[in-house]
Amino acid sequence: MSSQSNETPESTLQEQGIAAAAFPAARLLYWSVRRELWENRVIYLAPVAVACVFLFGFSISILHVLVEMRAAPWLDVMQQRELFGQPYEFAEDLIMGTLIVVGFFYSIDALYGERRDRSILFWKSLPVSDLITVLSKAAIPIVVLPLLAFAITVLTQWFMLMVSSAVLLGNGQNVAILWSRVGIFHRWPMLLFHFLCIHGLWQSPIYAWLLLISVWARRAPILWAALPPLTIGIVEKVAFNTAYFGSLIGNRFTGGSEGIAIMARGRAMDPMMLFAPLHFLINPGLWIGLAVTAAILSAAARLRRCRGPI
Amino acid sequence: MACIEARGLRKEFGTTIALDGIEMRVEEGRILGMIGPNGAGKTTALNAILGLLPYQGDLHVLGRDPWTQRDQLMCDVSFIADVAVLPHWIKVWQVLDYVAAVHPRFNRVKAESFLAKTAIGYARRVRDLSKGMVAQLHLALVMAIDARLLVLDEPTLGLDILFRKQFYDSLLNDYYDRSRTIILTTHQVEEIEHVITDLMFIDKGRVVLSYSMEEIESRFLELMVHPDQLDAARAHEPIAERQVIGGSILMFDGVGRQRLATLGEARTPGIADLFVAVIANQDKQAQGAAR
Repeated sequence: MSSQSNETPESTLQEQGIAAAAFPAARLLYWSVRRELWENRVIYLAPVAVACVFLFGFSISILHVLVEMRAAPWLDVMQQRELFGQPYEFAEDLIMGTLIVVGFFYSIDALYGERRDRSILFWKSLPVSDLITVLSKAAIPIVVLPLLAFAITVLTQWFMLMVSSAVLLGNGQNVAILWSRVGIFHRWPMLLFHFLCIHGLWQSPIYAWLLLISVWARRAPILWAALPPLTIGIVEKVAFNTAYFGSLIGNRFTGGSEGIAIMARGRAMDPMMLFAPLHFLINPGLWIGLAVTAAILSAAARLRRCRGPI
Repeated sequence: MACIEARGLRKEFGTTIALDGIEMRVEEGRILGMIGPNGAGKTTALNAILGLLPYQGDLHVLGRDPWTQRDQLMCDVSFIADVAVLPHWIKVWQVLDYVAAVHPRFNRVKAESFLAKTAIGYARRVRDLSKGMVAQLHLALVMAIDARLLVLDEPTLGLDILFRKQFYDSLLNDYYDRSRTIILTTHQVEEIEHVITDLMFIDKGRVVLSYSMEEIESRFLELMVHPDQLDAARAHEPIAERQVIGGSILMFDGVGRQRLATLGEARTPGIADLFVAVIANQDKQAQGAAR
């Protein structure tokens, strides 16, 4: 054996060279995700723009909040929390909403746009499998957008706190109450968990479904995405006068009972009542959802194989 | 090893038969020109070879099944399926970065040296480039890939004549090295006449002619005949005949050059004339069979 391998003939060498292996899947996936960010700058520009608009409004609001803050020391703890915490919660909601809208429109166009502009022919001329392409597109709403939204939320809230503190100090007021009642620091881990698990993992079947429709539809993918769930919901309502399917879908959007509980607990802003990630992770609903996501994405990858320009 | 081997390749779109049992074998190192009328099945055949379409029959490209192994196959095959398929949003540096990152056989330095000869700036988006520049960019990418098979489907469609000439010049001088295989389709047949080593005519989903250029030269002959000798020349059963100023041009298949030399001026027919003659004969035979 060893003597054979020592005397490797030139032809074998050549064949080895010819059979140059493709790059590892992780590398292809990483660069494909980067490519998505190059193409869809809205993924990061939209949340940043929303945050900027919000901060602009917030900076103006400080002027009249300043008056209310004078009364702060006489309010009880809950009222103080409400007064200081509200705009921070609003910032979270706003960026969360942006995340959902961007994720939705990104997913429905991701595998449709490349067929419409014929660039699928170029992408398919490269040694990147359909599965990696589909996974890279699924990673945007499921992983990248939640992480990005979290980072932007943290920056926004930090900026808000700085501006408020500066204004308060400038007016000779005490910032201690603001910092102790605003309660954003212990919310950040919760927020990261919420973004990644609820908006990423829990809602992943919705994004997977949108991707499947975007690879399948020849036109009007938004319509095709909405039609089957609507049809099933209507038939169920008419035939059995029930709405299980609707609540199933709604549950995916809202994050389910577990998700709502996490949000509510987070909202209570009591460090002692922090969320229980384990509860969420052992929830069968999460794992069923992830299995559905995996099934839909593999179907989308198979479907992309036979798809060409439209 | 054959680069491409197809046996009984069939493809139907609904009731339309796009490929009706294609048999082909392309050895490595050849430049094959695939010629056919619109809708003949050229693009369908190429798409099957590139793993873009499911098909029936037996097909191996570089020993692989293109339908199930497209991503591995694309390490060794590159193609320009159509002009203007580069995504319009991408910037030149981005497409270079991406291809360099995902393609193990892409030589970035080579691509950049091609681009240096053009006026294409790295910060520009594809949508802001002219049609010719987009084709130059795509060609630069493809030529920097050390592929064993290159497939070009109408690579110069809609480009001006200067660019088309440059395109084939750089293909032959900078890319082709006798070990690579190239397949070309085009309607501008006269442009590839001196580029290709093998010629294939496809019509109605079938291969109607497939020879090397040497075989074409020895088999087919075009004769410029004076009206006086027309009947004598016609006796040798020409496959086509057309009128020109000062006489007729007759085309023969497999008739010795010596036997015809006395009847007029002989030369090897151009691909375009050969194509017209062969396809017209096909149609005639089909009509005859129908009757």
